[in-house]
Amino acid sequence: MSQIPRFRRGFRFQWEPAQDCYVLLYPEGMVKLNGSAGAILNEVDGRQDVDAIVQSLQRQFPEAGDLGPDVRAFLEDAEQQHWIDLS
Amino acid sequence: MTRADALPSSLNPNNAGPPLWLLAELTYRCPLQCPYCSNPLDFAQTEQELSTEQWISVLRQGREMGAAQLGFSGGEPLVRQDLPELIAEARKLGYYTNLITSGLGLTEARVEAFAEAGLDHIQVSFQASDPELNNAVAGSRKAFEQKLAMAKAVKAAGYPMVLNFVIHRHNIHQMPDIIDLCERLDADYVELATCQYYGWAFENREGLMPSKAQLVRAEAEVNDSRARLQAKGSAMKLIFVTPDYYEERPKACMNGWGNLFLTVAPDGTALPCHSARLLPIDFPNVKELGLREIWYDSPGFNHYRGDEWMPEPCRSCDEKDKDFGGCRCQAYLLTGNADNADPVCGKSPHHERILAARRAADHATAGLQDLVYRNARNSRLFFQG
Repeated sequence: MSQIPRFRRGFRFQWEPAQDCYVLLYPEGMVKLNGSAGAILNEVDGRQDVDAIVQSLQRQFPEAGDLGPDVRAFLEDAEQQHWIDLS
Repeated sequence: MTRADALPSSLNPNNAGPPLWLLAELTYRCPLQCPYCSNPLDFAQTEQELSTEQWISVLRQGREMGAAQLGFSGGEPLVRQDLPELIAEARKLGYYTNLITSGLGLTEARVEAFAEAGLDHIQVSFQASDPELNNAVAGSRKAFEQKLAMAKAVKAAGYPMVLNFVIHRHNIHQMPDIIDLCERLDADYVELATCQYYGWAFENREGLMPSKAQLVRAEAEVNDSRARLQAKGSAMKLIFVTPDYYEERPKACMNGWGNLFLTVAPDGTALPCHSARLLPIDFPNVKELGLREIWYDSPGFNHYRGDEWMPEPCRSCDEKDKDFGGCRCQAYLLTGNADNADPVCGKSPHHERILAARRAADHATAGLQDLVYRNARNSRLFFQG
């Protein structure tokens, strides 16, 4: 898969110390992200494609087994939510 | 670590969450006169606004406490000449910055300047889908045309755009036209917010509240539109806020008193919501106290935290942790005592007030000309008696 995920205009991903988690901010709203969602979206930089993101996460979590299916499913879900574009 | 729940319990006895949402009501000045304005009836008494430096201090303190969403609101926030400076500071601090505007006073140049300052999003309000009704409700002859032009400018500059329509009995029949207009303007989100009856809207409730039949029809139209938008792959989201007067259980107002939302009024009064000023409670001012002390320690912000304050039927209710007894402002407006259960609740001994309002909505005849419009002249009548 050579798709490159990018956050849609108006969506901002950032670490919030007060909530001790990553959040996704958008017009008048905020999603608190759990650990794995935060780790995946933290790789979305507009340069890495999906395969590169999976590889990077495998390096960070070597004991986790094959992360590919879960990461791809999450990114597709994030696209359906209109958080990111996959192009 | 600044996690509020990590504070020793002696410093945060009610386990209040941090104020993640900060609403900065920069001014009560506004060129429009909407008869459902959420500003206080006596807004014209408030003349002294916080200075630029004072607002910047509020923004810094709020961000330190964990606030992430920031709304610039009013009145019409565009009348503040220091808005670009406030936006730039807020963005630098890491806020997601929302400008909530009527569009009056906006220009293409300002839309661009705000983007450069780091503004994340602009919400433009409309009063109706056509110029005649829009301008009659807004009390301004040129409003609609200006709003159209500015919605286009907001999109052209690449912002995500929310269009907000306050819905009431005089425009609820326009639902399909309103949604059509939003599609043409390429809105990302559409808020179809049925009037909440506080401030000017409470004063005008009989003339604003839709009937049950009107509401049922509008809801069906919104659902049809959602299905149609989804089928064509549109990302436009419709958010329909129905009036709690047609519910049998109250809303979990503000997600709990002093638990998520912090409003700072133009004169620096800190409030747990933008309506709370009408309550007979002393609220602190950011000119006199730090925001942390205001949020965690002030009597005003602790007044309705926890559930010790609840009388029956809330006290023994198994839903009290879900809805917190509903809205304190609504309890006060409808029963004269803000401690009471929100009369929206079917268990409230005052629920008849809600039922009476529903019956009145079935037979209301007031036209737009019978409403009390929000302007300084009418406001003075409320505090001069």
